[in-house]
Amino acid sequence: MYKNINARPAMPSQKAEDRIKNFDEVNLGYTVEMAKLEAERCLQCKKPLCVEGCPVSVKIPEFIAAVVEDRFEDAANILRQDNALPAVCGRVCPQEEQCENLCVLSHRSKPIAIGNLERFVADWQRENIGIQVPEIQTSTGKKVAVVGSGPAGLSCAGDLVQMGHEVTVFEALHELGGVLTYGIPEFRLPKEIVKKEIEVLEKAGVKFVRNYIVGVIETLDELLERFDSVFIGVGAGLPYFLNIPGEHLNGIYSANEFLTRINLMKAYKFPENDTPIVTMKDKSVAVFGGGNTALDSVRTAKRLGAKHATIFYRRTEAEMPARIEEIHHAQEEDIEFNFLVAPIKFNGDENGWLKSVTIQRMQLGEPDSSGRRRPLPIPDAIEDIQIEAAIVAIGNGSNPIISQTSPNLNVNQWGNILVEKKTMKTNIPGVFAGGDIVTGGATVILAMGAGRAAARAIDKYLKNKQWETIEVEQAEW
Amino acid sequence: MNKIIKTKFLNERVKLFEIESPLIARKRKPGQFIMLRISEEGERIPMTIADSNVETGTITIIVQSVGKTTSELQKLEAGDTILDIVGPLGKPTHIEKFGNCVIVGGGVGAAIAYPTAKAIKEIGNYVTIILGAKSKEYIILKDEVSTFADEVYITTDDGSEGMKGLVTEKLKQVIEEQKIDFVLAIGPVPMMEAVASLTKPYGIKTVVSLNSIMLDGTGMCGGCRAVVGGKNVFVCVDGPEFDAHEVDFTILMQRNNIYRDKELECNLEKQANEMQKKMEQNNV
Ligand code: FES
Repeated sequence: MYKNINARPAMPSQKAEDRIKNFDEVNLGYTVEMAKLEAERCLQCKKPLCVEGCPVSVKIPEFIAAVVEDRFEDAANILRQDNALPAVCGRVCPQEEQCENLCVLSHRSKPIAIGNLERFVADWQRENIGIQVPEIQTSTGKKVAVVGSGPAGLSCAGDLVQMGHEVTVFEALHELGGVLTYGIPEFRLPKEIVKKEIEVLEKAGVKFVRNYIVGVIETLDELLERFDSVFIGVGAGLPYFLNIPGEHLNGIYSANEFLTRINLMKAYKFPENDTPIVTMKDKSVAVFGGGNTALDSVRTAKRLGAKHATIFYRRTEAEMPARIEEIHHAQEEDIEFNFLVAPIKFNGDENGWLKSVTIQRMQLGEPDSSGRRRPLPIPDAIEDIQIEAAIVAIGNGSNPIISQTSPNLNVNQWGNILVEKKTMKTNIPGVFAGGDIVTGGATVILAMGAGRAAARAIDKYLKNKQWETIEVEQAEW
Repeated sequence: MNKIIKTKFLNERVKLFEIESPLIARKRKPGQFIMLRISEEGERIPMTIADSNVETGTITIIVQSVGKTTSELQKLEAGDTILDIVGPLGKPTHIEKFGNCVIVGGGVGAAIAYPTAKAIKEIGNYVTIILGAKSKEYIILKDEVSTFADEVYITTDDGSEGMKGLVTEKLKQVIEEQKIDFVLAIGPVPMMEAVASLTKPYGIKTVVSLNSIMLDGTGMCGGCRAVVGGKNVFVCVDGPEFDAHEVDFTILMQRNNIYRDKELECNLEKQANEMQKKMEQNNV
């Protein structure tokens, strides 16, 4: 069959001038025709490299083949064998660095839009036949506590419940989903999708307990008295600040606070919703950082009506860790970029409100240990830039609540929990951990991969009651 | 869970709630707080746990109406349920055998000071309590603290009870009469600041409990940050109690005003809604 390998349908999206006035999803998703056209481009490689690039080894050619044949339900089931949250991953995974990066077509034309197809299949299933509750194996009578309801916790819980274990997920906030709920904005990941996925887990038998902070209300040791095993997937979640003078000024937020106010507390609906946010309408808002969280923040500020919503980044666009798609979206939305600048102090008025930031202009020097060219200050290139709000999006450290209340849990100098890589087991028998609390800030899919690896190891451990040697046939995460 | 068992107005603006929350009742220590939310659209606000009872599985909070959430909270009665409660949060008060202690509670700050004062007394300290308020009606927990404190003094701005004047004036008297080893001051920021500058020259160890604006209460957002000893701290996890002589009160006060204009907006909207309602009623 003739294949037009050059046509990769662009993802339809809301027009930039419309979407900056709402919080609705930017991307609209492929139509059936587009999905089929794109699926037909797949060469169905015998040795698919794309699968190697996927942290959870989704059987990519198989699900794409099903799309070609109109078997969308089968496609969804194939996806779900390896990925508990395909509608989420189809939206937020950095496919261009993973599966799509390895697609052989990328040498000749454009790689298969694996992410867009994944999203299409998952959405089709949810909208047309509903997400199926997976088959549950006979009850093992074993109880597992999962701490944290973000991507790591959800994928771990989903797998464990299918294996027949009794699973309870504990969440610190009043809503489930972790970073999917409080961190990633509605315009990139509608909360309804997260809710639907969680509903299915609930139907499968997972119990969810909200407003429950393990460590303070019940320690790890106490949990181990009522559960056979515990998985810790509490995420990162102690925001870093720039540590420069004036950072206490009013109008300066961590990205965590800014995004939580908007996404979780719906501050953009103030005063119908009670949680406020400082006024950004017609203001100049600066976001410090170059990752996805920085872009989420700056695009959110734009939607709140900011006149100038600007990224301040120490290096250049080429070094930005954010996804290319998000950078493009931001550019379309008139987000401004101020590259090669490092803030050195914030300046305020007599009432403590932010007025400006003093920045140092930088230039790129030799590559550093990360392989990226190191930014170096240009002598005397210091200036004041007027801003009225600032969002600091330079990453998160690990929240110390669990490690402080379980002093015998081994953590590294940054408070990340130490685990054995294959099994995700910690030094405490019965306790496993994964996701950002282990790796530091990483991606949704890596956290899900870790949750899944842990689920396999927990299953083995519960069946054999062997802690020292948990045999799993599983790649490293 | 989270069912209100008992309520009682301590004065026209301050209401006490006993809430069913057995797990928190079992775990909480003096100085700790909860975060609560009363409706789906509601904000999360911190509330100090004033007391708890392990047998009845209840915790006590004392709420002063200062804004929308607190005044709506005050409308709840026994039998109602609080939508979300999470805790216990924050570091418990560091309690040791200090010797001669003075606890100063300004207004509703008495509610926050109360559990700590009791705990300090229980391990054998000598405890003097000074409660201050605008006038007699606003003094709360006087009878409760009198059951355990060695000395209790009241000050009111108008002299309607106890000494006419500020808590700091009484505190100064006490410090000049006795050798004081430890002061805990909880109340409005200007009061805590005044206490801090009063005790500093005497070299008396002084602790204050900071009332920052909070969002999650678990160290996740940094919105509650304050400057103590020249460093950024997160009040919800590093505090809420800090060495009074190290706290930057100016910054604390500024940060507590972040949403001032928003509160106004909220009130205006409320008034507009009420007017609308009235007009509609008149029409029918
Ligand atoms: S309230 Fe969010 S870190 Fe303290």
